[in-house]
Amino acid sequence: MIAEIGFGSLFISLIISVYGVIAAIYGERNHQRKWVFSAKQAMRLVFPLLTLSIGSLIFLILNNNFEVVYVASVSSINMPVYLKITAIWGGQAGSMLFWSWLLAGFGFIVTFRKWDRDQDFLPWVIAICLGTIAFFVVLNTFFENPFVRYWQVNQEIVQSFVHPPGGIQVAPRNGGGLNPLLRHPGMIIHPPMQYLGFVAFIVPYAFAMASLITGRSDDRWIQLSRPWAIWAWLFLSLGLILGARWAYDVLGWGGYWGWDPVENSALMPWLSGTAFLHAVLIQEKRNMFKQWPIVLIIVTYNLVIFGTFLTRSGLLSSVHSFARSSIGPIFLAFIALTFIASFWLLSSRWEKFKSRQVLTSFFSKEALILITIILFLGMLVTTFWGVIFPNISELVTGQKVTVGPPFYERVAGPILGGVLVIMVICPLAVWSFVSFKHLGKLLWKPFIVSLLGVLLPIYGGLTKVPAVIAFWLVAFVLAVNGFEFIRRTRLRRRSQSESLFQTISGVFQRNKRSYSAIIIHVGMVFMALGIIGIEFFQTETQGTIAEGQELQLASYTMEYEQLDIFNTSDDRNVARAVILVKKDGQVIDEIYPRRDFYYDSNQQVTIPGVRSTLVDDFYTILVDWKAVTSEGATFKVYHNPLVKWLWIGAWTIILGVVVTSLPDNRSTRAGSRTRGRDGHRN
Amino acid sequence: MNDLHPIDAEPRKGKPLKFIIGGLVIVAAIVYLIVSSLQANVQYFLTVDEVLEKQQAGELSGRNIRLSGAVVGDTIQYDMDTLELSFTIVHVPGDLEMVEEEGGLAAALHNAVIDPARSRLEVVYYGARPDLLQDEAQAILTGELLANGIFKADELLLKCPTKYEGSVPDQIES
Repeated sequence: MIAEIGFGSLFISLIISVYGVIAAIYGERNHQRKWVFSAKQAMRLVFPLLTLSIGSLIFLILNNNFEVVYVASVSSINMPVYLKITAIWGGQAGSMLFWSWLLAGFGFIVTFRKWDRDQDFLPWVIAICLGTIAFFVVLNTFFENPFVRYWQVNQEIVQSFVHPPGGIQVAPRNGGGLNPLLRHPGMIIHPPMQYLGFVAFIVPYAFAMASLITGRSDDRWIQLSRPWAIWAWLFLSLGLILGARWAYDVLGWGGYWGWDPVENSALMPWLSGTAFLHAVLIQEKRNMFKQWPIVLIIVTYNLVIFGTFLTRSGLLSSVHSFARSSIGPIFLAFIALTFIASFWLLSSRWEKFKSRQVLTSFFSKEALILITIILFLGMLVTTFWGVIFPNISELVTGQKVTVGPPFYERVAGPILGGVLVIMVICPLAVWSFVSFKHLGKLLWKPFIVSLLGVLLPIYGGLTKVPAVIAFWLVAFVLAVNGFEFIRRTRLRRRSQSESLFQTISGVFQRNKRSYSAIIIHVGMVFMALGIIGIEFFQTETQGTIAEGQELQLASYTMEYEQLDIFNTSDDRNVARAVILVKKDGQVIDEIYPRRDFYYDSNQQVTIPGVRSTLVDDFYTILVDWKAVTSEGATFKVYHNPLVKWLWIGAWTIILGVVVTSLPDNRSTRAGSRTRGRDGHRN
Repeated sequence: MNDLHPIDAEPRKGKPLKFIIGGLVIVAAIVYLIVSSLQANVQYFLTVDEVLEKQQAGELSGRNIRLSGAVVGDTIQYDMDTLELSFTIVHVPGDLEMVEEEGGLAAALHNAVIDPARSRLEVVYYGARPDLLQDEAQAILTGELLANGIFKADELLLKCPTKYEGSVPDQIES
């Protein structure tokens, strides 16, 4: 019964989506507002319908309805409720329903904004959002139906949604349970964040297309899209960082990013989305390069669909990939169609979106941001090429090849360096024109301070040249931002009598956006620090030691104290080692690397024991143990310097985005009071 | 410049050529990076049959390759003191369609392991024993073929198709 409700509402939502697309376009073409209004109502209706559908699926999972194939494949009786909820996106069919549901939710929100000024956009935004929803719902309805059930027909088990003639409904006693690797708190938040990020980028795309179709070439679509794009970017960043954190905490290989094709497919929209946000800035401030944001949002939209496709095509071997399925060609057709249509539309409007402003200086802010965009696109092309090259090579030469992490790392290193160089100059550059001399004047003090970033590591015995350069760039960016902040605060202090605190908060208030940008960029630099640490300085060792014996790595010594093996109430067998971490002969910490064996899925998961500080992580993995555990256990140990800065940087970035989206309580008043004074530099 | 457009707040004073060249230099640098890194880091992705074939032709000496095959459970040996892990893998067709014809990856892996006529390759690896290493798992190995015909893996990836969704649960009741 519940399955019928779930599928029924799914199917009705498909009909309504298709109706909405047609009504919106028909109404627009014939200037009949009532049809557009009807389409808007359709878009509002799809969300509750899909909510009912996904609600039914949740009910079936919570209720252990294993006659439903999907429920049996991702859930089991003993799984706690929170894991059963995450099981919704633990498999292919459910994750796609979840995807459609989120998009329908965003569409729902979009319909409730004030459309007075933007009536001309409305039908196209509806058509594009509902069209995308319809595509995913078609897949869910006809190819990946999460409500398919087991039936027994003549001694044979068949899977079908409708009742086959002569069939009896059957159910396994217990489900297979969620893949144990996914049973981690990070996994509760990582996939929804990833999906939210993916899906939220569809709204800016819809606005861009509406702008192209209507030929309205002002920056209205940018204003409407920007908040969506920022939140999409934040969710995508969160998704990526949570995924990295999960890999570091659960996968037990000492790293956080493996250039796995599915990781790459989540990284690609992030790269183009980042480029998009920067292109938006140039258009807003200088009204330049107006085609760029459109190109970038089209690319982002298609990468979002491409990423969703890659994960589900069976094209890849990856920890992420779902089972192979037949929906690959349909996805490719959809991507090809939207890609070609979007760019055809853009080319037909190319002249209209042409800007008459031109670049005037290499060191102007717009030129620097443009270079940043090119660098991000370079990284995007690299990643894309790495992902598809094996397929292309097989098509052309018949020879299967793969491209491993060294390829990506070799390209990413210099590009990241280039981005850091620009982050040194950019905060000091101004829009439209700046001379090298002017820059030099502002740069020399931070430059001297940044030399500390070179001298200290060299004094500490560092000899790797790329690492020295990287540390120097990091120090330089931090110094530039620090000096810039002090300079602005001073300028304001000189002109106003107020407390230091008032000044600082005033400086923030007056130009919230550029300060949140500083926070985000400083966060990026922190992340760069973490990446430098683990990429250049990770060391490892391994060994089998008896109880009471020690292993040494970097400045740490670990002592294997004991191993406990026990069963837990949720059907796991846990082997947990107790490790004393020592430094200079003193015990400073106790950590517990362990291995969980899941009886229901017959699979084990290795969870590292980590001592984490701002300086370094001491990361231990329990590999194996002898029958008599006191005789010995095998450990693999990693020393990961500075890696904690990766996570600190990530949280800093999130803080920056939150700051930028805080409501301005004083900004208008304070802004009008001081703008004249500090409106231009010096 | 024969510019007849109304002039914006700021007059044109840039030299577009300079910026086009600047942009091209950056693009060229990135393209060079991609091409050179790709040449240095592309690996063959081979099946066991192909490895043996290429070895006979002498095409593999010292090359880093990637190969996949089915793990034979009985051959897995692990020495905890030296962390030496060794096992044998069996040829599995690399072509997805051939795998589908056999009834999916799980079936293809099973057929491979029970078929004594298929070509086999001994693998050695130093390090932690991976969680998923078991009979009829798909192993994806990166490393090089030693002169003695043993494949020395630096990286070991495993996939057990039966452990993911898609398989029919074994106990079904009405």
